[in-house]
Amino acid sequence: MLEIRLHGRGGQGAVTSAELLAQAAIKEGKYGQAFPSFGPERRGAPVVAFCRIDEKQIKIRSNINEPDIVLVLDPSILRIVDVAAGLKGDGILVTNTKHKADEIRKELNLKCKLAVVNANGIAREELGLPITNTTMLGALLKAKAVVSPDSLIEPLRERFGRIAEKNIRAFKRAFKETELAF
Amino acid sequence: MGKRIGLEVSLSAAEAVKMADVDCIAAYPITPQTHIVEHLSELVNNGELDAEFIPVESEHSAMSVCAGIAAVGARAFTCTSSQGLALMNEIVHIVSSMRLPMVMILANRSLSAPISIWNDHTDVMSVRDCGWVQVFANNGQEVFDHVLFGYRVAESEKVMLPVMIHVDGFILTHVIEPVEFWETEQVERYLPEFKPVHALHPDRPVTMGCIAGPPIFSEVKVAQDEALIQSKSEIISAWKELGDIVGRNYKPIEGYKHEDAETLFITQGCFGETVSLAVDALRDEGKSVGLLMDRLWRPFPFEEFRQAVENAKSLIVIDRAISYGGQGGPLALDLRSALYKEKNEPIITNFICGLASRDVTIDDFKNIYNRSMEKIKVNPREEDFEYYGVRGK
Amino acid sequence: MAKTKTDLSWQELEIGGIVTNPGNAAEYKTGDWRSLRPVWDTKRCVKCGACYIFCPDAAIEETEEGYFEANLFHCKGCGICAHECPTQSITMVEEEE
Repeated sequence: MLEIRLHGRGGQGAVTSAELLAQAAIKEGKYGQAFPSFGPERRGAPVVAFCRIDEKQIKIRSNINEPDIVLVLDPSILRIVDVAAGLKGDGILVTNTKHKADEIRKELNLKCKLAVVNANGIAREELGLPITNTTMLGALLKAKAVVSPDSLIEPLRERFGRIAEKNIRAFKRAFKETELAF
Repeated sequence: MGKRIGLEVSLSAAEAVKMADVDCIAAYPITPQTHIVEHLSELVNNGELDAEFIPVESEHSAMSVCAGIAAVGARAFTCTSSQGLALMNEIVHIVSSMRLPMVMILANRSLSAPISIWNDHTDVMSVRDCGWVQVFANNGQEVFDHVLFGYRVAESEKVMLPVMIHVDGFILTHVIEPVEFWETEQVERYLPEFKPVHALHPDRPVTMGCIAGPPIFSEVKVAQDEALIQSKSEIISAWKELGDIVGRNYKPIEGYKHEDAETLFITQGCFGETVSLAVDALRDEGKSVGLLMDRLWRPFPFEEFRQAVENAKSLIVIDRAISYGGQGGPLALDLRSALYKEKNEPIITNFICGLASRDVTIDDFKNIYNRSMEKIKVNPREEDFEYYGVRGK
Repeated sequence: MAKTKTDLSWQELEIGGIVTNPGNAAEYKTGDWRSLRPVWDTKRCVKCGACYIFCPDAAIEETEEGYFEANLFHCKGCGICAHECPTQSITMVEEEE
């Protein structure tokens, strides 16, 4: 089973990212599970969402405390939340930042595998606003092929309707531009 | 086989209500039930579901409207949580006493105070004795299946009682997971048209909900209790037929590695699936442990429990509600009654945990197992129950 | 003779305690509640029907001659008819007499 924890700010779409991933996995015939950190919705507050993907039925329903992958949608969170907490030994931290992987590793004293992308920049250019949920999914799939990019396109189209194409462009650009430091 | 899609459990529950072709939905929004009602209002608004959607001004009115709908022989649906259920309480008791079939989903959430929007079973237990058929769902698929099952049982001429489906708030209602939809043809085969025994109609006038004084009240209430007790056979046959049609088999109690186990966890709701993983982990350590998940809450499956625990030496009952001033959680109390003076009566330890969605992990359940083993070694009767993971306890 | 409600066992009751014979309140003898009985003086009565209209129990019936009298199975002796009669042609008489 693969466990992904997503960190973002309320309103940025961390929950949507988790949902799209689970739906893509389910479309592939696998089992997917996505859920938010339950509480009152607070735009701007740091929030967490969770996603599990497995070949067999997922029974566990508790929060993810030891993730295989951590996905950070907002660079400002890196300095307020211990996003790498509990990350498995060979786990990957995928984050939105305009800095290079080495700089981030040094600043936050990270030992884990790192994948970085300037998602704010891409989202601003492609969508016109720094909502990074679909962009960061591109970075995630580059870091680890948890689902095939094609499986994500359909849920993305269903979710975003007329702005789907812009989101798909942002998703594909991030897939290309993500820097891996494993 | 119907299509398998990844959907939030609340939305798939609403889709199941649509497949049941309800005539009227009357509901008032309350967290964490909201997404179910929102989606139903969309389905009605978009013309995908031909039903009246009545946005009532309170839960008391929601249940009152549903009573009226069922009384004229139409199919009613509502859902609520916690405080909404508390406000609706008066009519919840009345609809079962008047034998009005309907289905309600209760998105389980703690009762205030302090205010909690999170999940536990304190609201469930506030209506334990309300006379409804009550079942727990452990995952999204079970929620979907049990909406259709609910109408099938409720409207059976032998039952004629409302059915409440307990769905853990957030932990289950807000999770995206795969659900296999039913084919329309399967629904048609499983759920016949509602033909009430009595209905309000100008051509056949009847009086419903009239006064009953001391000479007759007890007889009416015994008839109601007997109907709930007897409903079990109809519930079991409705599950069997559901299995024949969609291939998923449900029972009053679901066992997991329980047959040869010395110790059995007993759970309600979607905690059961997490405990099953704790059972796997404990088995790997060589412990003789299994699990029974209580699906049918009312009528309580006394016989089934007596049989299922026959070979067990001890039970670990997990409650997610408090019976204030009582000896343990409500599930443990019923089990103690069920097993009192049974041959080989197992020792029962009771843990109350997971209040207001406090996360209870696989490791926590392993700790609970170890704690239970300690307790039964020393003096099992010393304490009748224990709050798990509460600071200062 | 049919069983009265108080003889029925729980198995014999209608589902939900529903009453299926409409208007059966008419079988209930409320005449027992009466200590005073209305008596009409046909010499004063102008057949206006005010008593018939005002009776809260619909216990006043019209006779063939067009006068009025109480159905004593239902009349509770409340005296509203006597109070409302514009010609004072109704007297409330003690039941004992």
